[in-house]
Amino acid sequence: MITDEMLRQLRKVITSSARVLTDKADLVSYSYDASFGSYIPDLVLQPISAEEVSGVVKAANHWKVPIYPRGRGTSLSGGPLPVHGGIVLDCSQWNQKLIIDSDDTVAIVSPGVITAEIDHAASKHGLMYPPDPSSAHVSTIGGNLAENAGGPRGLKYGVTKDYVLGLEVVTPEGEIIKTGGRTIKNVTGYDLTKLIVGSEGTLGVITEATLKLIPRPQAAQTMMVIFDDIVDAGKAISSVLTSGLLPSKMEIMDQSSIVAVEAYEPIGLPLDVDAIILIEMDGHPIAIGDECEQVKKVCLAVGAKEVIIAADDESASRLWKARKLVSPAIVRKKPTKISEDATIPRSKIPEMFKRLKEIKEKYDIDLVVFGHAGDGNLHPNIITDKRDREEMRRVEKAVEEIFATAIQLGGTLSGEHGIGTMKTPFMEMELGEAGLDMMKRIKLVWDPNNIMNPGKIFPESKDQRLVLIND
Amino acid sequence: MTEHLAYKETFDCVQCGYCLPACPTYVSIGKESHSPRGRINLVQMAAEGKISIEEITDSMELCLGCRACETVCPTNVQYGKILESYKEVKAEEEKPFILNKLAMQKGLPNKKILSVLTSSLKLYQNSGLNKAARKTNLLGLLPDQLQAFEEITPAIEKPDKKLRAAVQFPPSQTKARIAFFTGCIMDVFFAKINDLSIKLLQHAGCEVTVIKEQTCCGALQNHDGDRSTSKKLAKENITAFEQGNYDYIVNSIGGCGAMLVEYDELLKDEQKWAGRAKAFAEKNKDVSVILNKLDIAFNKEMNITATYQPSCHLLNVQKVSEAPVQLLRSIPEITYIPLPKGDMCCGSAGIYNVVHYHESMDILDSKMENVKKIVPEMIVTSNPGCHLQMSLGVKREGLAHKVKVVHIVELLAEACGIK
Repeated sequence: MITDEMLRQLRKVITSSARVLTDKADLVSYSYDASFGSYIPDLVLQPISAEEVSGVVKAANHWKVPIYPRGRGTSLSGGPLPVHGGIVLDCSQWNQKLIIDSDDTVAIVSPGVITAEIDHAASKHGLMYPPDPSSAHVSTIGGNLAENAGGPRGLKYGVTKDYVLGLEVVTPEGEIIKTGGRTIKNVTGYDLTKLIVGSEGTLGVITEATLKLIPRPQAAQTMMVIFDDIVDAGKAISSVLTSGLLPSKMEIMDQSSIVAVEAYEPIGLPLDVDAIILIEMDGHPIAIGDECEQVKKVCLAVGAKEVIIAADDESASRLWKARKLVSPAIVRKKPTKISEDATIPRSKIPEMFKRLKEIKEKYDIDLVVFGHAGDGNLHPNIITDKRDREEMRRVEKAVEEIFATAIQLGGTLSGEHGIGTMKTPFMEMELGEAGLDMMKRIKLVWDPNNIMNPGKIFPESKDQRLVLIND
Repeated sequence: MTEHLAYKETFDCVQCGYCLPACPTYVSIGKESHSPRGRINLVQMAAEGKISIEEITDSMELCLGCRACETVCPTNVQYGKILESYKEVKAEEEKPFILNKLAMQKGLPNKKILSVLTSSLKLYQNSGLNKAARKTNLLGLLPDQLQAFEEITPAIEKPDKKLRAAVQFPPSQTKARIAFFTGCIMDVFFAKINDLSIKLLQHAGCEVTVIKEQTCCGALQNHDGDRSTSKKLAKENITAFEQGNYDYIVNSIGGCGAMLVEYDELLKDEQKWAGRAKAFAEKNKDVSVILNKLDIAFNKEMNITATYQPSCHLLNVQKVSEAPVQLLRSIPEITYIPLPKGDMCCGSAGIYNVVHYHESMDILDSKMENVKKIVPEMIVTSNPGCHLQMSLGVKREGLAHKVKVVHIVELLAEACGIK
């Protein structure tokens, strides 16, 4: 696919041979991400400037070779997978720029900067970069921008797109453009910034971002609310959020995840319950003390069995550790974990729990529910073994039904992971034919040769189905 | 051939990538093929016959084996097993350089051979020849790495025979009965640290015995893919330490300790040995763990700022993180400063720093960047390899006059007035 002539041209653009990877061991190492499927690229390049990206993209566009931007490959939806071969553009080594401008309260970053490091740098100025996907200590900001990543704090603070003021982007034709700027208000022309964020690398390569920072809350308080019935937990979530209170995090763990965590590493969670919700309030220390009492009252009023307010930072971090341990705990049984993030309106949380239980029984699968309850972004996780083909077929059907249910309840296919390769067959179900067609037309205008991350977001044929295993 | 690879274990990896920031070679080399996730994938593909052992060698050989990836892995992938399975297959594929193999099988376990080596090294050092060699740049003839290590190799002192010959009893009531594991290289290059460990344990109320029949732990052989030699040595050690009813088997070498606590894993398929290996493994403790449990009477104020560089195998395999730090903090008038990114490997990793000198120095350089952020007066280590590597790092940065590198046992002994 990549001719000698093209490779010669690319080597002129990226002159350091250490950043042009052609060995088989290197190529196969960029064939996967944290989702499913493995596709070996023909070439991996590690750019560190917009000019290099521009040169590479121009060549790719000229020779019509597909190109796939990639951060650190933590995508759960297949965003960076080189499904049609071609060039993987590994931006993970492009981490040189991280500037905090405390006067303008913005951060200027290159795409390979680790997300958590932005927040860490901001904290030195009393500022915060709120988006906190659970992979924030691993993932790059470029990947977060492309996928519009979320995280637990999304409930109060919003997601990645809510913090992007401006971008520098290399278009699929190799032009370097700037969108937005560094002001909170900016209505000059179409909002291309928001179009690029969450476009999953299909409209261009993000080469620099200007991010909004906000004042860092002074304190935080954690509490655990215990329920005998997960439906009551759903009600409590709605009641808290409609009583004038806005927690910074609200995470739910169902009975199977509690049992799994306690079996894995005893933390002292109650076992004879149906669900627990972990809530964090942040803000001024005096205000949150008062707010925690209010949350407690509201929860008890809708049938919570018990409310425990963490006495100190240590017990708070023990509770959050329990939440973190859900993932390792549940994969002890079987190694493959399919983490879905279908999202529903808050009021439908109890209904969604009921439907998930039915799906679990119908397809006879191990399904665990935990996640960001407050914003309806539940994470039904299916635990299976990808070598068990028969079970994988049942899992594929169950996942399809989870998507259909979410859409039926007025929700969406993906709250924060992205469409990637996995959810393309369901796009029309959510968007309708005309809605999806408008998106396709935008893609065609930006990328007439379809070289920029092909095979993502849009189904490539009418009868495309969900496939979790490839050979 | 490839059926010996730990294929099943590779499926525990969900490819989340959480190991990437913890991997020193991923951080320094910047390629996915040099990350734990990348290496696990390569072993899986090799087992499936999709890539050859030859093609994955570069990536696998540059792994330090620090196992920091296991500590951060959210799904408990047994990376050590996967790496060792590759080493074993690799060793089978290319019968190793015969001398190297001889040294591993016969040299390390044989104290006599080692002591001949020691004596000649000592002679070399005492004669002043080493100084002369340094002056006249005779060593310039050697590869640069050997020269680097020659300069930081400690003066060799013979172990204290009296300490080893008889059981050492505590001054008053016995709090624990201990069999002391000396290690082979340790007892040649750092015999003094073993001596001080024995005295400290005695000082803290332990009865200490050095069992004569003990041998090399087998770690280096195991890392080299020679599992059968490791198993043979493990059995010898288990048998030797079964002869008395000891509460603990104690060592002061992070790397050996890691091998000893994994004897159960090493011998789990041998019915006759599995149970005995498990009992042995459970009794093995690092000296810092035991000393931290007991009360040590200090009699000297140290007035020093110190940081701690953990041994990867103590931290990631033996899972000992708190005890050394708590011990450090308990020393009178010591200011403990945590080392930023302290849990990253220093690049020593057995003989990695000799075999892969340049890669190791890249890793050491970033380690020293973090040391320079805090500029301690002392770097405390818990393994001889780390000790040498940190000394080299300090020297390369021109900080040798400012920053002292010690084993934790040396510092504790000084604070207790033990010589």
